[in-house]
Amino acid sequence: MQVPIAGAIDCDVHPAMPSVTALLPYLSDYWRDQIANRHIDKLPFQLSSYPPSSPLSARPDWKAGQSPGHVETLPPDPIRAHVLDRFELRHAICNTLHGGVALFNNDMAAAICSGVNDWVAKELLDAEPRLRASILVPAHDVELSLREIERVAPDKRFVQVLFLAMGEAPLGRRSNWPLFAACEKHGLAVGIHAGSTYRHAPTYAGWPSYRVEDYVAQAGAFETQLLSLIAEGVFQKFSGLKVVLIESGFTWLPHFLWRTGKTWRGVRSEVPWIDRSPTEIVRDHVRFTLQPVDAPKGEPEVLARVIEHMGSDEFLLFSTDYPHWQFDGEDVVPAGLGRDTIRKMLIDNALDAYPRLHEAPEGGAAQNGSESEEAVS
Amino acid sequence: MNVPVRQPVAAQRLKVVDCDIHPAYAAPTALFEFLSQRWRDHWSTFGTFFRPALIGQLPFPRMMAGGMRIDSFPKNGSPPGADLELMQRQHLDANGVEVGMLIALSRGGMEERNLDFAAALSTAANDWQLHKWCEPEPRLRAAIVVPQENTEHAVAEIERRSSDPAFVQILMSPRSADPLGNRRYWPIYAAAEAHNKPVALHVAGFSGGHSSTPTGWPTYYMQEHYAQTTGMQSTLASLVFEGVFERFPNLKVVLIEGGFAWAPALAWRMDKAWERMRAEVPHVKRPPSEYVRQHVWFTTQPIDEPDQPKHLVDTMEWVGWDRIMFSTDYPHWDYDDPAQVLARLKLTAKQKAMLLGDNARALYGLA
Repeated sequence: MQVPIAGAIDCDVHPAMPSVTALLPYLSDYWRDQIANRHIDKLPFQLSSYPPSSPLSARPDWKAGQSPGHVETLPPDPIRAHVLDRFELRHAICNTLHGGVALFNNDMAAAICSGVNDWVAKELLDAEPRLRASILVPAHDVELSLREIERVAPDKRFVQVLFLAMGEAPLGRRSNWPLFAACEKHGLAVGIHAGSTYRHAPTYAGWPSYRVEDYVAQAGAFETQLLSLIAEGVFQKFSGLKVVLIESGFTWLPHFLWRTGKTWRGVRSEVPWIDRSPTEIVRDHVRFTLQPVDAPKGEPEVLARVIEHMGSDEFLLFSTDYPHWQFDGEDVVPAGLGRDTIRKMLIDNALDAYPRLHEAPEGGAAQNGSESEEAVS
Repeated sequence: MNVPVRQPVAAQRLKVVDCDIHPAYAAPTALFEFLSQRWRDHWSTFGTFFRPALIGQLPFPRMMAGGMRIDSFPKNGSPPGADLELMQRQHLDANGVEVGMLIALSRGGMEERNLDFAAALSTAANDWQLHKWCEPEPRLRAAIVVPQENTEHAVAEIERRSSDPAFVQILMSPRSADPLGNRRYWPIYAAAEAHNKPVALHVAGFSGGHSSTPTGWPTYYMQEHYAQTTGMQSTLASLVFEGVFERFPNLKVVLIEGGFAWAPALAWRMDKAWERMRAEVPHVKRPPSEYVRQHVWFTTQPIDEPDQPKHLVDTMEWVGWDRIMFSTDYPHWDYDDPAQVLARLKLTAKQKAMLLGDNARALYGLA
């Protein structure tokens, strides 16, 4: 079905990626030199997880305006036309999946992330007040990520910090805790989006041959990250933290809760800080964006039962996943959800997951620090 | 260790086929009598050579008694699962197990890096199962243990053993060097199909050496335990998308101890992704869920325990009543008791009979 009411919040849209050239104004002299001398400006920085012309990356009727560096339209125009206006949204949260996060040179990754965040603030958020965004961080380096969070956090239009589902190490590791502390302090959600920096094979038996298999395997990575956050005690340490799994699918959740609940009962002495079942922890701290809906087609009663198995109608956050091809036409809300579930999903659950959506900052970034910052740390 | 053994009379009515029993070696040298002098010397000098960092242990220590039921340690000091008499008394007799499927996990060559040694170990482990278990206890059936990375030997071993009715299936590790759908493993499936033996995949250690999750190694045993579940999902996805079931239309696969409640969600996810991406995989001709429904069997242990048992029954319905087979995992710590496990679920007599034995009898052609 279509979105039944105006004012919904779309928690996952992907703007066209800026070319490296478009980022130059936001970078330091050092990185501008590096980029020019090394011809880095000719590199595409597309994540392998999202090849630009693959059907899952781009719905056929949404392809226009999505190639990097596209100059005929202003960056927010396609999102306005296809998402904001079409679904009469209050907000849409932009997740810019820039390939800079996969670099091994963490300083370069950090510079590109800063450039992307500043580009997003100016080209998207300043231009379109309904948009909100995630902070892109060089997640493999905690110190540099922390610095970027602190730099961007004063701009309240950034509502979460973005991680990929597959990185160097499970996210719950204690070395990452300063990031969670910063998120909690600033009221930023921890957003984990599908995608990989390919530091490890996408499966425990190595590398699949086909992209479709990699995409399916993303769900396993989300299960892994969720259990990592639970097992390491992140939610005991940061009781105000909200985690949003983005483009994760959610129909795997009931099994995850049953299995981890049973295993926890058997092995809880190993993780004595976990003071309640994974089900309770997840219910309090974790949310899932709607798309993709991995449920059988034409059987709404099955989806309804899965939602019942999940045990709460507060898990889901509305998302279109624009321009990824998850649904056809305007049929973005799957059949099988109850009216209350839909209403909560469209607005209330997002307001709960993203405290910064309650604030209504007028346009204009709080600061724009990259120009003045020395890039080499 | 002092728990009284259950009286067999009532339980025997269950007529259980237990699809996951782990026999153990009475001593570290138990396979020596089935190895040539060359490999006995090799083993004594160099040991087995696996991928984890530590010799003879996993870097995630188990939570209790090395992962064993405390009451399963034989009095003679041998490890749990090594004493046939105790297994008979404590499990087969007490639980009315009509047929028990041996899953010989260790030292069968599945994890060995030296492929010639792996071949010798595989043959030895199969001889050991036959002579030490199946011959003295006809209720037990063996799986032909094969080292999946040495396909040439695996095929030869399948050829050699298939005519012996004691061997009802083929066992290899889903934690392979490449995802199991990869073409390098297809000769094994061709042999399995030719001899009409299901391929059994049991969750296992670190055979292939890849980290247990797509985002690196976890910290705790609790996580490593769960990683077997996500891993098994990726194994099934690999078999589907690499086209194994299209190429081997009579192949049957049994996923053991990997769970089953995830299967419907995985199948829906695969269907959805396939619908978008099918141009990439034209060899996958049907929706993935259809291959799963047709080719794959699941064992129950460790069975999921939602607060509302009805939810698990929903899931069983989606998997298919004829595709779920009971297993205990004796003598491991997370053993499921046949008298207890299904009692929470509201099942019809027919459904219960299917799970406890009829499905396995049909799959393995047991009388």
